[in-house]
Amino acid sequence: MTMIDAQGLARSFQAPQGEVNAVRGVDLKVEDGEIVGFLGPNGAGKTTTLRMLTTLLRPTAGTARVAGCDLLSDPVGVRRRIGYVAQGGGANPAEVVANELLLQARLYGMSKSEAGPRIADLAERLGLGGLETRLIGSLSGGQRRRLDIALGLVHRPPLIFLDEPSTGLDPTSRNQLWDHIRGLRDELGATVFLSTHYLDEADALCDRILIMDQGAILVEDRPEELKNRVSGDAVTLEVAAADVPAAQDVVRGLAGTRAVNVTGQTIRFRADHSSRSMIEIMRALDARAVDPISIQVDRPTLDDVFLTLTGQSAAATSARAA
Amino acid sequence: MQTLRDTLLVFENQLRFTFRYKITIVMGLVQPVLYLLLFGPLLTKLGDMGRPGDTWQTFVPGVLVYLALFGAGFCGFGIIADVRSGVIERLRVTPVSRFALLMGRVIREVAVLLVQSVIIIAVGLLLGLRANVLGILSAVILVVLLGTALAALSLSLGVALKSEDQFAPLLTSATLPIMLLAGILLPMTLAPTWLDVLSRINPLRYIVDAIRDLFADRFATWAVLEGTAVSVVLAVVCVAVGMRTFAKESA
Ligand SMILES: Nc1ncnc2c1ncn2[C@@H]1O[C@H](COP(=O)(O)OP(=O)(O)OP(=O)(O)O)[C@@H](O)[C@H]1O
Ligand SMILES: [Mg+2]
Repeated sequence: MTMIDAQGLARSFQAPQGEVNAVRGVDLKVEDGEIVGFLGPNGAGKTTTLRMLTTLLRPTAGTARVAGCDLLSDPVGVRRRIGYVAQGGGANPAEVVANELLLQARLYGMSKSEAGPRIADLAERLGLGGLETRLIGSLSGGQRRRLDIALGLVHRPPLIFLDEPSTGLDPTSRNQLWDHIRGLRDELGATVFLSTHYLDEADALCDRILIMDQGAILVEDRPEELKNRVSGDAVTLEVAAADVPAAQDVVRGLAGTRAVNVTGQTIRFRADHSSRSMIEIMRALDARAVDPISIQVDRPTLDDVFLTLTGQSAAATSARAA
Repeated sequence: MQTLRDTLLVFENQLRFTFRYKITIVMGLVQPVLYLLLFGPLLTKLGDMGRPGDTWQTFVPGVLVYLALFGAGFCGFGIIADVRSGVIERLRVTPVSRFALLMGRVIREVAVLLVQSVIIIAVGLLLGLRANVLGILSAVILVVLLGTALAALSLSLGVALKSEDQFAPLLTSATLPIMLLAGILLPMTLAPTWLDVLSRINPLRYIVDAIRDLFADRFATWAVLEGTAVSVVLAVVCVAVGMRTFAKESA
């Protein structure tokens, strides 16, 4: 089943200084069991998109089916099947941790006896054990964030929306969260749609990534494909001083290399990624009797992708404005 | 059925905070009791003030409406913090009906008002109020309807304004003329014609007068009919407004 199927979703706000087009016509499809990452610079429209998909905001245009229910005609059906963790959280600082979790479970229709073990299990997995009797207002930022996440997951929804879930989490908690999210998918078959500013997180966790900027989705693809699409591998080759001209010739002569840059004995260039490309480079160097001192290959990171894509679009906008 | 369960769930949750901060219930009682003790005795010299029934039968109903206006009427203040901390938005993503989200809170206010009203009536009886059980019971029903209306209205105002800095001045400046024009402290029978006419745009005036008649053992009067009709309509309209606000995206 398609868990999210949105067409032309758009939302504008009336602000004092004029209309803000926060989201301008987003089409997206998320299949059952996918973990999809939603990236984009501040103000791109990620939260606005999530708030529309979770029935909190009425789209100014477009339609969507979420978890099999129509967003506009059956919002209650949508709400029943989703969990949402807002960017700013939603726990009541005046309440005690255990009470808040119990209330949330019961609001989703669980009985007290059903909710008890579920909450205990979740608290354990998200590192909230031992905090049950604490006042929420007294939790640390990261503990509070883990509680927000627990509140969104307590009813085991088949579709989960997480808006920057790992903000404020330490590395251990982040890993715990990733494990938990993977577990939700692998054990319960849940679908997860999460926004994040951590590219390593998107890379480690997501099957597919959407990059949004200025209210529109720029690209969507698997993390690997995105990396290939943008830049290729960064290769750093070091040779003896006498070999530099020959090595440079070889590199420039190969198919799929570009941006060749020589400093001293070091030659840096980009090469299309394939598992055989290094072998070919080595062979070509061998043929000219060049014996490299060292060779290093770096896969592009999502940061490269992100900067290239959103940097381009920012440049395009300022060009348009000028 | 589901809605009833959810309403009770929200109510129960809200009530826990009330019990945690018992002081606010007591504080809410201080002013009305002071009015009874320090202002009521002044009126006994005024006799029937142009109304059927004695001074306490005229004055205690005013204090009850005062209590609803300044208690339930201000409850929207407390929801602003919940809007800001994202609690309301979190609740709005759950399948719980908007009616339950609103009414759970309204019922808490009404419950507090009910307890306070009983105390006020008891103090009144000690001071010399004469009223029979039927009169008191029907009066309490009107107070409950008024409390429901004011709580729902106040909550939607809090949700819509989202800022204590706007809510507090707006409400204090609105409630003073509402209180004066309802004839809460002194009945409008003492008013010059223009003031009497002006006070008729204020729904609370009809409710105070109805409660006065009920305390004076007069059940089949126009005032009782008008007051009952006004409080029912007011409650229905305000709850409808409240539900709209809770359903709206700005919440
Ligand atoms: N209620 C609102 N009224 C006016 N403008 C709004 C409102 N909500 C969002 N916006 C504007 O819409 C745009 C998109 O905001 P949104 O919160 O969706 O961004 P985001 O991608 O989640 O950013 P971030 O990474 O900072 O969380 C921003 O320019 C924001 O100022
Ligand atoms: Mg955001």
